[in-house]
Amino acid sequence: MTTSAAILPSAVRPRQALNWFGVAPFFLFALLFLILPTLNIVLGAFRNAEGQATLENLGKLFSPSIRAAFWISIELSLLTAALGCVFGFFIAAAITLGELPRWLRNAILTFSGVASNFAGVPLAFAFIATLGRLGFVTMLLRHWFGINLYGLGFNIVSFLGLALTYLYFQVPLMVLIITPALEGLRREWREAAESLGATGFQYWRLVALPILWPSLLGTLALLFANAFGAVATAIALTGSSLSIAPIVLFAQIRGDVLNDPHLGYAIAFAMIVLTAVANGIYILLRLRAERWVK
Amino acid sequence: MAFLDIHHLEKSFGAQRVVKDFNLGIEKGEFVSFLGPSGCGKTTVLRMVAGFEMPTSGAIRIDGRDVTGQPANRRKIGMVFQAYALFPNLTVEQNIGFGLRVAGEGKAETRVRVAEMLELIGLPQLGNRYPFQLSGGQQQRVALARALAVRPQVLLLDEPLSALDAKIRVSLREEIRRIQRELGITTIFVTHDQEEALSMSDRVVVMHQGVADQVGTPFEIYNRPATRFVAQFVGTLNLLDANLLDAAAGRIGLGDVPVALNRTLPGRTGDRVSLALRPETVALGRKEERNVVLSGHIAEVHFLGSVIRIRVAVAGQLVSLDTFNQPDRPPPSVGTPVEVSVSDRDLLVLAA
Amino acid sequence: MMGKRLWSWLAVVLGGIYFLLPLVGMFDFSLRMQRGGYSFEAYRIVLADTQFQQTFGYSVMLALLTIVLGILIVVPTAYFVRLRFPGLRPIVEFITLLPLVIPPIVIVFGYIRIYNTSSILPLTGSWWGTNILLVFGYATLSLPYMYRSVDTGLRTIDIASLTEAAQSLGSGWARILAVVILPNVFVSVLSGAFLTFAIVIGEYVFAALLNVNSFGPYMVWMGGNRAYEPSALAVVAFAITWVCMGLIQLFTRFSKFSTVRR
Repeated sequence: MTTSAAILPSAVRPRQALNWFGVAPFFLFALLFLILPTLNIVLGAFRNAEGQATLENLGKLFSPSIRAAFWISIELSLLTAALGCVFGFFIAAAITLGELPRWLRNAILTFSGVASNFAGVPLAFAFIATLGRLGFVTMLLRHWFGINLYGLGFNIVSFLGLALTYLYFQVPLMVLIITPALEGLRREWREAAESLGATGFQYWRLVALPILWPSLLGTLALLFANAFGAVATAIALTGSSLSIAPIVLFAQIRGDVLNDPHLGYAIAFAMIVLTAVANGIYILLRLRAERWVK
Repeated sequence: MAFLDIHHLEKSFGAQRVVKDFNLGIEKGEFVSFLGPSGCGKTTVLRMVAGFEMPTSGAIRIDGRDVTGQPANRRKIGMVFQAYALFPNLTVEQNIGFGLRVAGEGKAETRVRVAEMLELIGLPQLGNRYPFQLSGGQQQRVALARALAVRPQVLLLDEPLSALDAKIRVSLREEIRRIQRELGITTIFVTHDQEEALSMSDRVVVMHQGVADQVGTPFEIYNRPATRFVAQFVGTLNLLDANLLDAAAGRIGLGDVPVALNRTLPGRTGDRVSLALRPETVALGRKEERNVVLSGHIAEVHFLGSVIRIRVAVAGQLVSLDTFNQPDRPPPSVGTPVEVSVSDRDLLVLAA
Repeated sequence: MMGKRLWSWLAVVLGGIYFLLPLVGMFDFSLRMQRGGYSFEAYRIVLADTQFQQTFGYSVMLALLTIVLGILIVVPTAYFVRLRFPGLRPIVEFITLLPLVIPPIVIVFGYIRIYNTSSILPLTGSWWGTNILLVFGYATLSLPYMYRSVDTGLRTIDIASLTEAAQSLGSGWARILAVVILPNVFVSVLSGAFLTFAIVIGEYVFAALLNVNSFGPYMVWMGGNRAYEPSALAVVAFAITWVCMGLIQLFTRFSKFSTVRR
């Protein structure tokens, strides 16, 4: 290779150009369909209708209705991320450390792969069919146990209903991400701790949880972003009766509500900031976790 | 009674008996190696002593106390693992101080003890490092210090040198032995490396298929192997097929060549036996003190540097022998008829 | 010891109840269309609905085009980055992860603003333009999955040697990629493709905001106007997701088998 390059430099240059030709479509594609559209929104958030720089749009985010929508979104995302982490952790711990049969572990991991991708409209339908007014579980509870869910104030079209639905993809995602981390806990660590006199609780407090901590927090951030960006599930479940940030933006884009595109920019910008921060935390903590366990 | 007493220990996983009727007494301060191929049950015995596996039957007593059913975290046993097993989230100091910390030891005493341990392993300047910043040899030293910091009654080493490269392995094994002598701590060392076992131990237990084939000093194990397995596993060995011509008079036949051993042999006349001899006990040509002389011809010559390994065909079988390289005397060429001599004491008769 | 296993089973059983009930509920509901017994009436109506046939076929078409586009963009990029531009790697990886960071609704909002009828590239103005935009948009959404699969696949083969071998036999780049590299990462490409299929087939936000009548908006419309049919649709969608994931598992296992034999 080197000799031919020395003898025929002119033959190499077009080849290098050809290499660039191989990656150019990707960059063009990313620019046109990912970066420029996002940049347009971000810049739009700082401009008024006349194209002058302004912070007015961001100020509008703090109007009561928008602020409330963001607040519900954040609560919903935080709650489902936290619960998803906790429940997902227990299931992952059960299949990795719980001495369960191997096939069960594989079955649960496969199912988690499916369930974490079973989001959106069909998921909403499944929950309406289960916990809606005439849903399977609603009827079951009424006929078998005499419990009237809706009489007790439950509604699938509510914060609680949405949270229950979101958990359907949050928990499996946690299982998928945290299972490898749990499998990375080496048996010798536990045994070393035991032989040094530590109880099981001390082992978890001083060794296992500190090792898992970056992964756990990181996954929390990822689940937060995951829930925050989920629009289709919410729309299919609630229509537009529950005002969460992505639904407000959806309505804004469609022009259903007040037609102020710059407010839309600002909402979109705020969403990017929130998910970017969450993902940034995820990536940082991920790197930290990998540093320990080579 | 011995300090560490293992009594009729058995362990089965399902239908498979991994350890069979294992008995051993280890004196206080003794360094004992469990030597054997992988799967021989040596690690399982160690893990039962540590409390990580429950024996199917039998008993383990330490200092007269029965610890058989006791959980690992109450046994006061130090353990060093093959893959270091340092806690990656803790610094070297925190790792070493871990046992004292969970025992609720005071901060000041812990600090003193940790410093003492760092001094002992010769790494006083690395206390604030994390394990991933250390080399394998350093990590294993820290693991040793961590195990010793709590002043355990017994130290268990599970193939602690296997993951290291050859040079560090030799220096660390000398260091482990030095520290063990210094502290006078009762130690079990598990290894599949016979050189490690022979060079470090007061006594060696050679294990094979869940059974302790032989327990003895390295000298005994090497020179007087009790079974064919021990003879084969420890050191290089010539194993020749032979039959017992006269058990009482000590005469055996090597093919059609009779050999007189001048001692009473176990077994019955006519039995097939194996004749074992170490390459270094065989000499080329007749030697005064070697009273058994066999004739044959040179079959192979392997020049290994300082040592030349020669294989001589004797009565249809090959006998390896080692001679030292001598610059003025080239080795004999293949096909040359030769005589080899060996002392009858060095000829071991083992059941075939 | 016993306690540990007990708690594990408890966690798995409780989890199992939560995850199976909606599936059971959805299936049960989809069968209840006719009073007084289970029937497949809802499925019959849905499958016979010309709207369903149209929108579903349309979404399948979109998914296939997205997959082809994704392969055309991702495979050469991953290949050249590995072989010739290792320095570009962090940048390319960062870009491929962006669609996970930026919510899809924001991306499509950007499309509407950039490619509207009064812009220099008025894609949303025409039927063709809208569809092109949608396929490129879906390719963006699937970029993280596609790139990760292909890149993992490339890691397992020695692309430098394969390339040099092919070059020494006189192959050009396009030929190397199509005949040498692609078949070797075929399984990885397939897993990316099935994941893409599962994402695109029921996608709602892009389609709805670009005013395209694909399967996602059709499902939402049904959800607003019918009672039992949505459950039947959900069962169909769930089955598609299962099939996609199942095929990924199958191919991955098959590829492991074949590498072992090799």
